[in-house]
Amino acid sequence: MRVVVQEQPFDIGAETTNFAAGHKDMGAIVTFTGIVRDLPGDPLQAMEIEHYPGMTEAALTEIAQTAIDRWKLGDALVIHRYGRLVPGEMIMMVATASKHRKNAFEAAEYLMDYLKSRAPFWKREITDAGESWVASKAEDEDALTRW
Amino acid sequence: MDVLYFAWVRERIGIPREQVETSAATVADLVAELRLREERYELAFSDLTALRVAVDQKLTDFDAPLDGVREIAFFPPMTGG
Repeated sequence: MRVVVQEQPFDIGAETTNFAAGHKDMGAIVTFTGIVRDLPGDPLQAMEIEHYPGMTEAALTEIAQTAIDRWKLGDALVIHRYGRLVPGEMIMMVATASKHRKNAFEAAEYLMDYLKSRAPFWKREITDAGESWVASKAEDEDALTRW
Repeated sequence: MDVLYFAWVRERIGIPREQVETSAATVADLVAELRLREERYELAFSDLTALRVAVDQKLTDFDAPLDGVREIAFFPPMTGG
């Protein structure tokens, strides 16, 4: 398992290639990438992501370990950025490796659901109209109940 | 203990962290003490349903005990991913 919290961009191709290497007994690799999305009607200049150094790494490691144990993954990767990002930039990625695709897909969804509301990151949107903290969504909290 | 604030909690209180001497038994007791300090604390802690708390970097709730705790953090619901 690898958990990375970094300010600089990551190379999704290189990360995926590295992750897939050396997993001869794993028939499925699933990756998900989150991108900073522009806002309709109120163009986004930037998104600033704040986090809680120390707790962030611990929380991501715990979430990834739970996914590995539950879906019997061969490996898991979580990369999450912080700092100032502009629309189109990659914020984060997860990758899961398992024998068959069902577990790899489910585990990736689980990782995403928990990253949304159990990893200490806070997003702030900067637009022409001003700046505001992104509010958490009830549906993100509800998403955890299915696990 | 060290008390940390993140996102709009940090902005309302005006500092990212501070050292607090307290004999509060629980997180809720500490919050009650902080609220009495100044209006900026009262503003930040006025609605506890809008806040989350971590004790020694583990997510917990407001009735968690503070005995032996080194670090406590207050923040809004998380928006990762």
